[in-house]
Amino acid sequence: MNAERPGLNLSASLAIALKAIRTNSIRSLLTMLGIIIGIAAAIVAVSIAQGAGKQLTEQIEQFGTHVLQVRPGTSFFGGRSRGAGSARAVTDDDVEALLELDGIEAASGRALAGVTLVAGGRNWTTSLFGVGADFGLIQDWGIAQGRGITPGEARRGAKIAVIGKTVANELFEGSDPIGQRIRINRTPATVVGLLEEKGATSWGQDQDDTVWMPLETVRSRVARSAGSVVDDAGRIYLKVWDDLDVLDVQAEIEDLMRVRRNIQPGADDDFRVINFAEFIRARNETESLLGFLLAAFSATSLIVGGIGIMNIMLVSVTERTREIGLRRAVGARSRDVLTQFLVEATVLGLIGGLVGLALGVGGTMLAGRLGEFPVLLSPATLIGAVGIAVVIAVFFGYYPARRASRLDPIDALRFE
Amino acid sequence: MIPGEALIRAEGLVKDYTMGSSVVHALIDVDAEIDAGEFVAVMGPSGSGKSTFMNLLGALDRPTRGRLMIAGRDLAALDDDAQARLRNETLGFVFQQFMLLARTSAVDNVKLPLMYTALDREEKQRRAVAALERVGLAERMDHAPSQLSGGQQQRVAIARALVNRPRMILADEPTGALDSVTAEEIMRLFGELNAEGVTVVLVTHEEEIAEHARRCIRFRDGRIISDEWQEAA
Repeated sequence: MNAERPGLNLSASLAIALKAIRTNSIRSLLTMLGIIIGIAAAIVAVSIAQGAGKQLTEQIEQFGTHVLQVRPGTSFFGGRSRGAGSARAVTDDDVEALLELDGIEAASGRALAGVTLVAGGRNWTTSLFGVGADFGLIQDWGIAQGRGITPGEARRGAKIAVIGKTVANELFEGSDPIGQRIRINRTPATVVGLLEEKGATSWGQDQDDTVWMPLETVRSRVARSAGSVVDDAGRIYLKVWDDLDVLDVQAEIEDLMRVRRNIQPGADDDFRVINFAEFIRARNETESLLGFLLAAFSATSLIVGGIGIMNIMLVSVTERTREIGLRRAVGARSRDVLTQFLVEATVLGLIGGLVGLALGVGGTMLAGRLGEFPVLLSPATLIGAVGIAVVIAVFFGYYPARRASRLDPIDALRFE
Repeated sequence: MIPGEALIRAEGLVKDYTMGSSVVHALIDVDAEIDAGEFVAVMGPSGSGKSTFMNLLGALDRPTRGRLMIAGRDLAALDDDAQARLRNETLGFVFQQFMLLARTSAVDNVKLPLMYTALDREEKQRRAVAALERVGLAERMDHAPSQLSGGQQQRVAIARALVNRPRMILADEPTGALDSVTAEEIMRLFGELNAEGVTVVLVTHEEEIAEHARRCIRFRDGRIISDEWQEAA
């Protein structure tokens, strides 16, 4: 008689729970609704947040976390923008001066012009970048074939071009572009290099549809317009050494630029330093907000769902008081009763969680398609979601189960 | 268990219930002994204490004072688990309202006490079928209670009480919900089980039912007023 007697075994508890749930299937479904909606919303929220996070990482990687841009014009913030057109240009001298800073690994101006390229009988309209020799380094963009722009070519404004993969395909249809002559807005140039293929950005822009020439060549021959500053560098791209804090270097750049442009303390800057990582992060906050709202909705729903489970378990315990009394009379220990009702609550949570999982996966796919933002369904999210459903069910099911287990056998048997 | 020891020994049992501000004395100084193999009817009008006495014998309730030995074990010394085990292994209960689980087959109802044992699945099935055979309902084992007559339902309940081979069956008004012909059949079944060695204690307020027992203990106002041996019917 003293040997440890095993309790109600799990499969028996499961059978009892499933039978009880099936007997009241509509009621059980309604009870699970909170959990179902909560879990579905949680999955959609997490998937959107993870999708946005993944896109953010991709975008930052695309620009590089240690790349800064200096451009003319006042800040967006402050409400007194004078417009980019009236702003003082940033110049080649600025590029040289910034390169003197210890934190800067490389610097390059960058002018942009829309051009039409002609080669043989073909023509192609694309974006022309007038850049320095280090622009490829700053952009982490290598040469697939041929060579890049040399410092000498950059200085003297050589009539050479480096083209992107898309341009090469359009103009030369797969034949070797190196050494070919092209005309860029009537200026003849020799193709010396083919850029590595980069593909489209995550927002769908073909990065390979581009042509690079020395900045000086673009200024003096291709995009010459009346009144433009001779040494206008367009925008300055800077690469910060990897082991330095970008924000520190950014502050140094701002100080230097203020001195160079004679901006008095307290006066507004007439230039801006753009930190791509910060910029992209700010842009992604919109998507994060949507995720936050959904997460809050999901949490509310789960709590409501948990209370629903508690409520229905209390009803179930009351309805089955005589059954509990009977079970106690034939030998169930109070912890067998506890187990039985906890298992029932758990099964409710598990079924709710699984249905919520199916709805959540469907909802995520729908949201991704309709909202056109990136979503990421990870296995960890799905397993976690079902796990949370079970934890909530056990948490809220514990009180009713404990109440059932504490019933006095004789009172339970006599319950009307 | 000590040889010659009574199966039940009650010494100065007192049970008080508090009802609001007043105290109801349900049992007052009850002494009784029931030996293994007896067939005892516990009689008395409602409120006499007979049901309270039964609940104590079944370890479903605890006395306010006094000592109760069941199968040589002092009830007061048993914790919740040990009491559950005593009910599971030593006692079998039969109730007036049958207390069968609805939408559950006869054989699964009979298996209920075995759910709380370590027996394997085959042994549980074997014992449940044997118990149903013993009460003459083997061919109805897949029927739900709603598909059985009152007498058949009570037979299923008796099979459930028998299934874990208890030393004693405690029956509380087992024929109270049955017609007299069916009641006679049920009482004959109790008589047979008793003849096979199971101790039977049943609570009833009907003289014809009590006549089936060989001993009759009568309660009134919380005390035993008579305890007589009689010819079994």
